[in-house]
Amino acid sequence: MDFVIGLTLFVLAVLLGAELITKVPPTLHTPLMSGSNAISGITIVGAIVAAGTDHSTLTVTLGFIAVVLATSNVVGGFLVTHRMLGMFKRRSDKVDR
Amino acid sequence: MNDWVAVGYLIAAILFILGLKGLGRPRTAVRGNQLSALGMLVAVVVTVADDAIVSYGVILAGLAVGTIVGSLLATRVQMTAMPELVALFNGFGGAASVFVAAASFLAASDIGPISDQVSVASALAAVIGSMTFTGSVVAFAKLRESLNAGGFPGIRVINGVLGLAAVGCAVMMVVDSESPGWIWALVAVGAALGVSLVLPIGGADMPVVIALLNSMSGLAASAAGFVLDNPLLIIGGALVGASGVILTQIMCVAMNRSLLSVVFGEAPSSGGGDRDEDVYEGRVRSTSPEDVAIMLDASSRVVIVPGYGLAVAQAQHAVRDLTRLLQDRGIEVVFGIHPVAGRMPGHMNVLLAEAEIDYEHLIEMTDINPTFEQTDVTIVLGANDVVNPAARTDPSSPIAGMPILDVDKSRVVVVIKRSLSPGFAGIPNLLFAADNTLMLFGDGKAAIADIAKAVAST
Repeated sequence: MDFVIGLTLFVLAVLLGAELITKVPPTLHTPLMSGSNAISGITIVGAIVAAGTDHSTLTVTLGFIAVVLATSNVVGGFLVTHRMLGMFKRRSDKVDR
Repeated sequence: MNDWVAVGYLIAAILFILGLKGLGRPRTAVRGNQLSALGMLVAVVVTVADDAIVSYGVILAGLAVGTIVGSLLATRVQMTAMPELVALFNGFGGAASVFVAAASFLAASDIGPISDQVSVASALAAVIGSMTFTGSVVAFAKLRESLNAGGFPGIRVINGVLGLAAVGCAVMMVVDSESPGWIWALVAVGAALGVSLVLPIGGADMPVVIALLNSMSGLAASAAGFVLDNPLLIIGGALVGASGVILTQIMCVAMNRSLLSVVFGEAPSSGGGDRDEDVYEGRVRSTSPEDVAIMLDASSRVVIVPGYGLAVAQAQHAVRDLTRLLQDRGIEVVFGIHPVAGRMPGHMNVLLAEAEIDYEHLIEMTDINPTFEQTDVTIVLGANDVVNPAARTDPSSPIAGMPILDVDKSRVVVVIKRSLSPGFAGIPNLLFAADNTLMLFGDGKAAIADIAKAVAST
């Protein structure tokens, strides 16, 4: 992939991210943070490549550590966000009744 | 990369964007989080299925260990410990990006000359990721209060030296890309820098740090994406980086401080303003739970303003009980939430949500401020600087110009607090000496429970 294309993706995604987040109400700041934090675990994709390409013992070891860290980040991040949002949701249902 | 892998990444990116959008509204937030998680699953599955992957054992073992660690942490942790857990996960993400960039950089350097894109991006991922990791660990330790260290004289010199060393190592990585040593040197310097930058920051500045680390974990992932030429890493990391920056900005505005002054400056100096004795002498009146109960019973509108003290005292359930009791008597009870109350963005909202308090009763600062004049009793529980009228009235105060909750405009203010000790800004609070303020000294949880008991018996 061309560097300029990568840079284009980066800049557009930054602008989009800023646009998406600006109007989030304070009530959701914590779930938003832990949810977006789980997305930053996308580095798991790179970790899988490093762990699975068998280049050298060193790179596979680094890849394994990265997979463990990134997976904890992803699984833990989405789960804890879900747990938090569950608390918000229960009461909004109550309000609806 | 196979075409279908690229299409899978596109689908994952779309799901991330829709997920983040969903997280912006309470009604769609659960769905949004699920969409993001689905996007992540798609990304992992197509990556594992790609032709480039030749062995699966290590990957599966890593996924299994990570899943166990992540789900144990996520399901076992108390809601009051949420800020430190978020900090810890940030750190995991940052460290993972460091290892990804290092593995990819070292693999590339074995094969042949390295392009400038790969070496520059590896340097960025290494330094941002390692700063995120150690910074998050320090933040984690500070939030758990297992680390009480603060800054020390000369730490800014150390920061400057480490910063220059980081730039030096990064330049050497690009110039001398055949030597693998430089990336590890850069990781080490970045790790030291993360510690020395976060160490002096504490207390009320914590929400800014957490939001900033959140942003950095995204940027590290994005940099790793440039190393691997992986569009999904670039996009996902950029989305998180941007959202973290916006949150950081919101936190800074709410404290009337610039990001630079939070990170590189010192805590607001306590030089200006008045001395404790001048403010409090003969003006502080204390009250009892019974008297507060009588006032509450005669009220039609009550506002509760929680701060970090609520989390410390674990008083959220006691507050819920008192709230229900008052609501059953037809009294309107709402909560006024300052954007930086607590130790992370939205901290109070999560705690009160845990105690099953309706989020529609949690009112933002700008919306609740005009209503204090129609409020009979405002209870301030564990908040200090964010309700200090000096921010409005005293231009020489260190917190002058900080947006505050105008609780002093309500008919009666009850401040529940252990003592008259100052908040993070280290200045006396004019509110405590105001004519319409009554102090209820004691532990937050016990005080609220005593008030509830007294209300129940009136």
